[in-house]
Amino acid sequence: MTARGPIGGPHTHSGASVGRTMGLVAVALVPATAYGLYAFGWPALFLFSGTVVAALLWEALSLKLAGKPVRLFLFDGSALLTGWIVAMTLPPWAPWWIGVLGAFVAIVLGKHAFGGLGQNVFNPAMIARIFLLISFPVEMTQFLEPRPLLSPGAPGLAESLAIFVFGHAGFDAISSASLLGTVKTALGQGTALPDILSNSHGLLPLAIGAVPGSLGETSAVLLVLGGLFLLATRVITWHAPVAMIATMAALSGGFHLADPARFLDPATQLLSGTFLFAAFFIVTDYVTAPATGTGKLIFGAGVAFLTFVIRTFAAYPEGIGFAVLLMNATVPLIDHVVRPRIYGRTRSGEPIRYEER
Amino acid sequence: MKLFRISGGIHPKESKELSADRPIERLPLASVLRIPLQQHIGGPAVAVVDKGDAVKKGQILAVGRGMVSAPVHAPTSGRIVSIGRFVAPHASGLPGQTITMRPDGRDEWGELPAPIDAFGVDPAVIAERVAASGIVGMGGATFPSAVKLNLRNRHKLDTLVINAAECEPYLTCDDRLMRERTAEVVDGVRIMRHGLGVGRAIVAVEANKPAALAALRLAVAAGGFADVTVVEVPTRYPMGSEKHLVQTLTGQETPARALTADIGIVVHNVATAFAVYEAVRLGRPLIARIVTVSGGAITRPGNFEVPIGTPVSHLVEQCGGFRGTPERLLLGGPMMGQPLASTRASIVKGVNGVLALAAAEAPTGPIMPCIRCASCVAACPCGLAPFDMAARIRKEELDGAVRIGLLDCIACGSCAWVCPANIPLVQYFNYAKGKLTAEQRTKHKQEETKRLAKFRADRLEQQRKAKEEAMARMKAEREAKKRQAEAAARVEVEG
Ligand code: SF4
Ligand code: SF4
Repeated sequence: MTARGPIGGPHTHSGASVGRTMGLVAVALVPATAYGLYAFGWPALFLFSGTVVAALLWEALSLKLAGKPVRLFLFDGSALLTGWIVAMTLPPWAPWWIGVLGAFVAIVLGKHAFGGLGQNVFNPAMIARIFLLISFPVEMTQFLEPRPLLSPGAPGLAESLAIFVFGHAGFDAISSASLLGTVKTALGQGTALPDILSNSHGLLPLAIGAVPGSLGETSAVLLVLGGLFLLATRVITWHAPVAMIATMAALSGGFHLADPARFLDPATQLLSGTFLFAAFFIVTDYVTAPATGTGKLIFGAGVAFLTFVIRTFAAYPEGIGFAVLLMNATVPLIDHVVRPRIYGRTRSGEPIRYEER
Repeated sequence: MKLFRISGGIHPKESKELSADRPIERLPLASVLRIPLQQHIGGPAVAVVDKGDAVKKGQILAVGRGMVSAPVHAPTSGRIVSIGRFVAPHASGLPGQTITMRPDGRDEWGELPAPIDAFGVDPAVIAERVAASGIVGMGGATFPSAVKLNLRNRHKLDTLVINAAECEPYLTCDDRLMRERTAEVVDGVRIMRHGLGVGRAIVAVEANKPAALAALRLAVAAGGFADVTVVEVPTRYPMGSEKHLVQTLTGQETPARALTADIGIVVHNVATAFAVYEAVRLGRPLIARIVTVSGGAITRPGNFEVPIGTPVSHLVEQCGGFRGTPERLLLGGPMMGQPLASTRASIVKGVNGVLALAAAEAPTGPIMPCIRCASCVAACPCGLAPFDMAARIRKEELDGAVRIGLLDCIACGSCAWVCPANIPLVQYFNYAKGKLTAEQRTKHKQEETKRLAKFRADRLEQQRKAKEEAMARMKAEREAKKRQAEAAARVEVEG
């Protein structure tokens, strides 16, 4: 901040602030989060709180080490959100150290190693997710059926604390794979898709979130609700989400039509896993997405394309994390190539010419 | 009329209600007037009066110098007390050449040029009178208006656009002018249309001024003026930017680095039209203007007819002084206005507002790092990527910033207004533009020095050569003479 002359215009301001923007994102996350906490009970609540608190602590530590004003940045909401989003992508009964480690990777390695707020190339939450997935494949893929808070099968407070501290190996939870995981495994064993899906939940539970999955990613409906809120408050633009959804629908639709026994239908693709969560809360991250509308369209489409390829042809059942990180790397290039057209100039930057007057 | 959308733009809080309902008031004369000789873009005027001279109202004080310049006239009758440097009404607060006069209180007009039969004369006559009356763009651009009228000589023009958008928040001086002096404004518009040599004039007013729109429409209809169209344009900052206004009206973008005249249109401000009316119909030069005084830190906001040269402090006093300490004191609107270094500075031709903003009205948020939210990209009416330009400027990559459009930035401030990180984007741009200009000047100077040095070296070389040649010639002559003498001697001896 050196290039400041005497006080300059404008001498009035919209009132927008980083804190306000982050606050709106948080509000948008509330429905899906609340549902996740309800569906997976006390252990999820512990994990969520632990991860968020850890994120704030890591942030404070990083700021201190970097010599930045801790108070100013700690409460700008960005660390809170990062922690929150990391928590939402975790298996709901994962032990505490998964959350703390995830927050560490996201905040310290994903954000501050790049220079702090606004400087990171990769989405911190996705870095954390991929790091955890590769390092702890078992802990990170143990999902379970929802056990709503206070329902008969749900663990009590003490039990929940034990799950949080030691993991749920001791608790007789029927852990199961996510739908995408099940499909991948079964397809690998040569089962045809219709047979696999006939044993699964069906689309409606997938939409409302009555299925095994990450803490905050299961309820498609509530995620879309949050996304619409962000669109309405103009925190995000439609470009990336629409491009992502449309591309996935088109790709998976095409393949599904060609061979319904091998390729999942578009609805299942869109509703399962992290897809809608990413469409509204990950690819819309300001820092790691392109700046222009066209750039965002390319970015969203790219994420969907890579996700489809990874889900369908690679070893991982869910590909969004990788897809986002790969596309993050292309953002500087996209922003370099796709620029808004300057007033009075053609796309190539030459002054506009009119026919001889 | 069909209108076209401009991209970008913002809707800042208007705050016009503070002064919109206050009729134009005439101020009591200040005890001293300080009239800068540079109130316009171009060469400063040159004083033609001396210290101690008694002058009449409207008498010329300084004449324009060069092609682009404007004369300055006495705002009232009185005595010249000094001619010297004084605080200029500019952010820098650097002093500029200024005539100081003490009004005698009689406010006596001097001899004025005769009124002109506006529509019976050649357009050139109108332009001449506009030039002689010291009229400059009164929306703040302060470009000599006659030069713009004379664009008809070099461009194929078809339309005069009168900029009455008044898109800056707080300002209501044009609004009041249109409401209170409607007939004069419309007459001025028509005179300018004639002076520009075109067939039609469009008066563009933002939708937030319904009273002015109605008054203008009524006056145009009553006069049966088919050559004037009054158009309501959407309220959206920066609608008053010349090129964006033209685009809104015609759908055509002015090519980069070009003038609106290149697409057949010349834009003048509505207050300028009123000044033209006075100059042509009454022979009166531009010696006063309407100024809005407003802001949360002004006791009694209003609109005032202010003689040029009136100290800002006098104006503020007449409004009941400050209410609390103003957080920012500005000349012009809050978006593009200039901070005022001292209230001793005076009102000049281009000043449409004096704002004293209270702390609650001025931006105060902490400056954060850019979060790449791209709000600034969406807000920029010029299709730029402000965050990217600022990032490059921060790294001192000025050429990089120029490559992505820095010089196409009109400094409207829309980007900084929306920025949630409160980044002073416009300050970055001004810094870079200033530095580039300075660099260019140095380069120019260096080249000039080099050229002069070479010139001198060449001249010396030439002189040296000439001297050598002359010496050689002289030597040759001497030797020839010597030989002749020897020959003669020999003849004598032998003879
Ligand atoms: S509006 Fe401010 S924070 Fe957002 S991209 Fe532009 S400069 Fe960065
Ligand atoms: S100040 Fe320049 S960059 Fe910012 S919005 Fe206006 S034209 Fe665009």
